[in-house]
Amino acid sequence: MTATAIAVARIDQLFAAVMLFGIYSLLSAALFVVMDAVDVAFTEAAVGAGIAIILMLGALALTTREQRPVPRRRHWVALAVVVATGSGLIYGTLDMPSYGDPGAPAHLHVIPRYLNQSMAEIGIPNVVTSVLASYRGYDTLGEIVVIFTAAVGVIGRLGVAPEITALVKSGGMQHHLILRITAKLMLPLIMVFALYVQFHGDFGPGGGFQAGVIFASAFILYGLVFGLEDATKVAPPPVVHVIAAAGVLLFALVGVAGLFLGGNYLDYGVLADEPTKGQHLGIMLVELGVGMTVAASMISLFFAYASYKPEE
Amino acid sequence: MISAQLPALQVVLPLLAGPVCLLLHHPRLSWALATAVSWLAFFISLALLDQVLSSGTIVYALGGWAAPWGIEYRVDEINAFVLLIVSGISAITLAFARNSIEYEIRAERIHILYTGWMLCLTGLLGITITGDVFNVFVFLEIASLSSYLLISLSRDPRSLTAAFRYLVLGTIGATFILIGIALLYVMTGTLNMFDLSQRIAGVSDSRTVKTAFIFLSVGIALKAAVFPLHLWLPNAYAYAPSAVSALFAGTATKVAVYLLFRFFFTVFDPQFSFDVMQLDRLLLPLALVGVFVASVTAIFQTDVKRMLGYSSVAQIGYMVIGMSLVSVLGVTAGILHLFNHALMKAALFVVLGCVVFRIGSARLEDMAGIGRAMPWTAGAFVIGGLSLVGVPLTVGFISKWYLILAALEHGWWWLAALVLISSLLALVYIWRVIEVIYFQPPSDPSREIAEAPATLLIPTWLLIVANVYFGIDTSLTVGVAERAARLLMGDAS
Repeated sequence: MTATAIAVARIDQLFAAVMLFGIYSLLSAALFVVMDAVDVAFTEAAVGAGIAIILMLGALALTTREQRPVPRRRHWVALAVVVATGSGLIYGTLDMPSYGDPGAPAHLHVIPRYLNQSMAEIGIPNVVTSVLASYRGYDTLGEIVVIFTAAVGVIGRLGVAPEITALVKSGGMQHHLILRITAKLMLPLIMVFALYVQFHGDFGPGGGFQAGVIFASAFILYGLVFGLEDATKVAPPPVVHVIAAAGVLLFALVGVAGLFLGGNYLDYGVLADEPTKGQHLGIMLVELGVGMTVAASMISLFFAYASYKPEE
Repeated sequence: MISAQLPALQVVLPLLAGPVCLLLHHPRLSWALATAVSWLAFFISLALLDQVLSSGTIVYALGGWAAPWGIEYRVDEINAFVLLIVSGISAITLAFARNSIEYEIRAERIHILYTGWMLCLTGLLGITITGDVFNVFVFLEIASLSSYLLISLSRDPRSLTAAFRYLVLGTIGATFILIGIALLYVMTGTLNMFDLSQRIAGVSDSRTVKTAFIFLSVGIALKAAVFPLHLWLPNAYAYAPSAVSALFAGTATKVAVYLLFRFFFTVFDPQFSFDVMQLDRLLLPLALVGVFVASVTAIFQTDVKRMLGYSSVAQIGYMVIGMSLVSVLGVTAGILHLFNHALMKAALFVVLGCVVFRIGSARLEDMAGIGRAMPWTAGAFVIGGLSLVGVPLTVGFISKWYLILAALEHGWWWLAALVLISSLLALVYIWRVIEVIYFQPPSDPSREIAEAPATLLIPTWLLIVANVYFGIDTSLTVGVAERAARLLMGDAS
């Protein structure tokens, strides 16, 4: 990972740098698996090694592939800051509890309740999902608002070009027979897998974030192979924007429903006659909201990059 | 019943309004919704402040999960006060925004601007109200991303560079804050502020906690534009749409300064921040240098919006000076200036919005002689400027008065003198503008300039009147600031 990181910093070819970023993400995903954090690993693989790379390439397509050379001497101040920060970080780790130490404060304070009570209080086997969607569900709501904000930002800045540009009209890579057939074979599988990840998050690794990204990647693949014109026919940008907003609203309104039923904001327990049933229902709905916003935001980011035409 | 849910509604209403503004897809409707929600948020914050003042700290468990397992909102005197500032400034600048934004922004982007505005308000209120450090980070991201968007929507192409620069520096700041939070979690196993404040004591001599403290300080100081980490601010304020500049000047840096107070005084206790880490020895000189450098730089600006941006950096210096005196009086002065500066800077930026609306520019040379054609706008600038300088009967005077009292309490007469001298610098840059708008002949005498319309002037004068009102009747501001300062200093008396 260190080697990859240094390579990213040193290389001038932006295209190669993006690819190295992908490798870096995949390596960190592997590291998370080794540390038994499969949910995080899954997210890192889907987001860091997957969609982020496609979006970065999309951004690259709008600029150049080569970095403009920066005079060497301008590096020194930056180097000093980076070295200071790095040594600060290393200094900070000196007193940290060692990895895997069962006596570390992080394992003794809030974690035991999550691990031991989650089944009784929320009733789903995947503790990560119960922390993410219920105990700290409000943070998750905040996170999808972040993603929504990012999408709004890109749409607001780049806009969705009213007429499809010439580059896009070429119909993508439709003339490649092998690509077309393979893509057609894979698309339904990707979508079914996304749905599985979406609704199986209660039991195994997965959930709305990963599912949304995978779902979006199916549309992006379609757009790449069959051209943007066809892709925007399947998923017209205005509809995609509405879905992105609706996902945030769904999550936030589940919380409001809790208010009307006499609970606190985002209290799912009051949604049904039994608290665990309410938790189930609440988590399913908010994960759906997460999936909708994430998928729609990613698709609209891709559309915005792919169809951007500089003004004037 | 509903009063118990106010802490959640404070943030959730603007959060819901954001996506709805996008769905409405109509300039006027989006504006109407944003304005209505913003005023509602203002009344909620008034009710919350009232509740806090009468019955003490409010604790609200989100999702019904008690902290530290769940996330809690914790409203006390200081953040209730900041909530009032943020929602109040947003409400009044939105009232101003309709015409100003329609003039400055392309029509098809206006609903996007109000979506961003609501998200930004959500983020700022969310940072302020929460009692959970990770929740701070999440809402900080919402506020930051939407700020970059709001700045870049301006027609001025330079706004893109300004927004990008802010994005890069803001992301570094946010990353530092996240690293700090992670290190604290490693050492304590909790993310709840109140819980942290109790658990840090046991591990405060570890290198990890000290590193966390440094990362958090640098990260938040970057967001607060504390000198010398202020480089993003002047251009961001100068090239953003006028109404957005007014919003940011009154809210964004204020919330970051509030976070500094929260972390230095609540999460870490003052004894750790200022005796062990000796933060005041670094902050006080930096703040003083910042006040002078930024004020002098402001004098040489030709763009008045940019000038006010540098002036903001100087004014943030005064808040930090108050903080680094580490006394009840000093902290009172800092918090008081948070409120007062929000009023004066928002007022001055909306005045410039009026000017831009009529002459299409905020450059000093274009403003020559507009005093006669736009008497109400020019008059508003004079009063707002006097408030910035610190003339009696304005809020600026109250801030300076308490700051000087706090300096003298330490026996630091030199500090009091420096604060007075720096006020003279403010007088210089404000006077430059006043001279140009009143005493120089118009650059183009044939040009007809009309007074700004009433829809712009009424919100402007509301802010100006607030500047004078809170400069005379200080019972609310000083009272709350003093109670907040006692709470932060752990002084129960």
